Amino acid sequence: MNPSQVNVIGMDLVAAVHKTGPDIATFVVSAIIIIAGAIGVVFSRNPVHAALSLVMTLFGVAVLFIEQQADFLAAVQIIVYAGAIVVLFLFVIMFLGVDRRENIAAEPLHWQRPLALVLMAAALAGVIALGVGSHWATGQQAVAGSTTAGGHSNVYLLGKSVFTTYLYAFEATAALLVIAVVGAVVLARRPSLPSVEPETDARGAAVSGQPGPDGGLHDAAPRGSAAQDASPADVRAGQSLVKEAGR
Amino acid sequence: MSVLGSFAGSSSTLVGGLPSSLAVDPLFSRGVHWQEVVIVIIRVLVAFGVLLGSVVMMIWFERKLISDMQSRIGPNRAGPWGLLQTLADGIKLFFKEDLVPNRSDRFVFKLAPYLTLVPALLIFSVVPVGGVVTVAGHTFELQVADPPMGILVVLAMSSISVYGVMLAGWASGSKYPLIGSVRASAQMISYEAALGLTVIAVVIVSGSLSTRAIVAHQAPAFWDWNVLRLGVVPFLIFVVAITAEMNRPPFDLVEAESELVGGFNTEYSSIRFALFYLAEFMGVITMSGVMVTLFFGGPDGPIPRFIPTSDLWFPSVWFLAKVFVFLFFYVWVRAALPRLRYDQLMDVGWKALIPLSLAWLLDVGAVIVWGWWALVVIAVEIALGGVLWRAFVVGSRRSEVAAIYPPIASRMLTVVPEPTAEEEQE
Repeated sequence: MNPSQVNVIGMDLVAAVHKTGPDIATFVVSAIIIIAGAIGVVFSRNPVHAALSLVMTLFGVAVLFIEQQADFLAAVQIIVYAGAIVVLFLFVIMFLGVDRRENIAAEPLHWQRPLALVLMAAALAGVIALGVGSHWATGQQAVAGSTTAGGHSNVYLLGKSVFTTYLYAFEATAALLVIAVVGAVVLARRPSLPSVEPETDARGAAVSGQPGPDGGLHDAAPRGSAAQDASPADVRAGQSLVKEAGR
Repeated sequence: MSVLGSFAGSSSTLVGGLPSSLAVDPLFSRGVHWQEVVIVIIRVLVAFGVLLGSVVMMIWFERKLISDMQSRIGPNRAGPWGLLQTLADGIKLFFKEDLVPNRSDRFVFKLAPYLTLVPALLIFSVVPVGGVVTVAGHTFELQVADPPMGILVVLAMSSISVYGVMLAGWASGSKYPLIGSVRASAQMISYEAALGLTVIAVVIVSGSLSTRAIVAHQAPAFWDWNVLRLGVVPFLIFVVAITAEMNRPPFDLVEAESELVGGFNTEYSSIRFALFYLAEFMGVITMSGVMVTLFFGGPDGPIPRFIPTSDLWFPSVWFLAKVFVFLFFYVWVRAALPRLRYDQLMDVGWKALIPLSLAWLLDVGAVIVWGWWALVVIAVEIALGGVLWRAFVVGSRRSEVAAIYPPIASRMLTVVPEPTAEEEQE
């Protein structure tokens, strides 16, 4: 089998399959999945259900990527978005305990929904106007050329353009993400404490002789012999105050 | 040839008559007619049936083998050597009452078992279980599907299987399942990074994502298998990571019976519990198949030509034999190793496996691109590894308290003595 035949199988199969019955059926089914998922995200009362609907939408988008011969993007879509990001969403939802039903009829901002409707209508009108009136919609799979040009795999072409043409954008994005992570760590970090390990005094009772994390709520007077007698109760009082502060 | 050329283009070995970079199943080389559709359907049905049958056998095998290792007899009532025990258990579970807890989220509770089972099934679809065969003029590969993204399907599905465990625990509306599911999701996300990095190392030397091409690239003899070609380290990392990903012992903190009752599936009964059980053992089989595919040449092995038609089926025998070794290994590990502590589990994942797999990946790339100059890279990595190790030591010496949210920390460490009688009177 010579290279030209390979090319025929690789490319003409794609061309033949494209815009045929199965192709349109795939598009319609995945579009329904995407839209149903998107509606579910907006209208679910339970945040966990909303997150699951988001997964459904991401799956539909992945199917559309496959249908456009962009296999690698489809796999990355599942691995990164469905497999990592939405899992983290769910993590946060479960940990913060916000996983209860909400009354979505309640409206904190009264002008929010009308404004959203107006903006959505404007955006939709813009997209339709551009689709009808301009020559932007060319029917091409990608502006950078075919996703399987020259008999190369999708990953090869993607890797080549990312590491040559778009290298600076790629590296800048990587740097941005690293900076974001470092920033998140810095913001989430509390100022470290000198030490709140229990110190053992002469009597063996544990006392808390250091400034507390809560602004010195149980930072009592320097502990002399008189203070030692009161120390367990003192600690317990401090403890309850800490609990109050913790709420 | 540029670096990228050697990345994806170098292995232009033909796989079933097509370049590995495209890796289209030769079945579709003449277009798609009803014969091809029938062949695909047969492949799906056979794979499904064989997989379910082997799961049943695997459950029996594990129980029997563990019994042997523990000087017990094990199942011996239903059928010869207790072979039908799993079937009996399945029928019993099927007729049990299907409980849905009152405080559960009913929809998600019912959905979760399928979210664990379906990824385990789908992973098997890309595993090549045999060679390329020609039957009645139709040439096709003995695997359900050979998509161009191949091995990425395995990663994607293993990351999706987090949902089943996580949602099962959450939807139960109960304490221990929730703890189990939170552990599970943290564990699976942590080990996914190491898993992905080792898979990348395999993909770099194979030059393709397609599982068929990865297998074909290890073809000539066993010294071409990736386990030797990559150095043994990526394989070891992969074994540990995949075991943690499947929540098998010694990484089964998800269902730590001594701490969590039954873990994420505590509230499940009847057929839904059976589905979780099925998915776990199916995961063992499919992941063993993935390991054989990635590191041990898949169905590669010497074929005895003197047996007629051995070309067609003998590669599958090799595949089964290799998978069986791993199945035995998993049962053995379960019988031999105690469960890790949760902080040890996280330490192994983040502090050992991820840096090691990243460094090894760089080594593999450097050797391919620079040859002997890769020794420079290795030296730099060793130096950086020393710095990292020092950082871990310094970090572990620091007071643990500072790392925890202060009120919680002081609550944990402030010792509150029991009130004495006279204090009570006050």
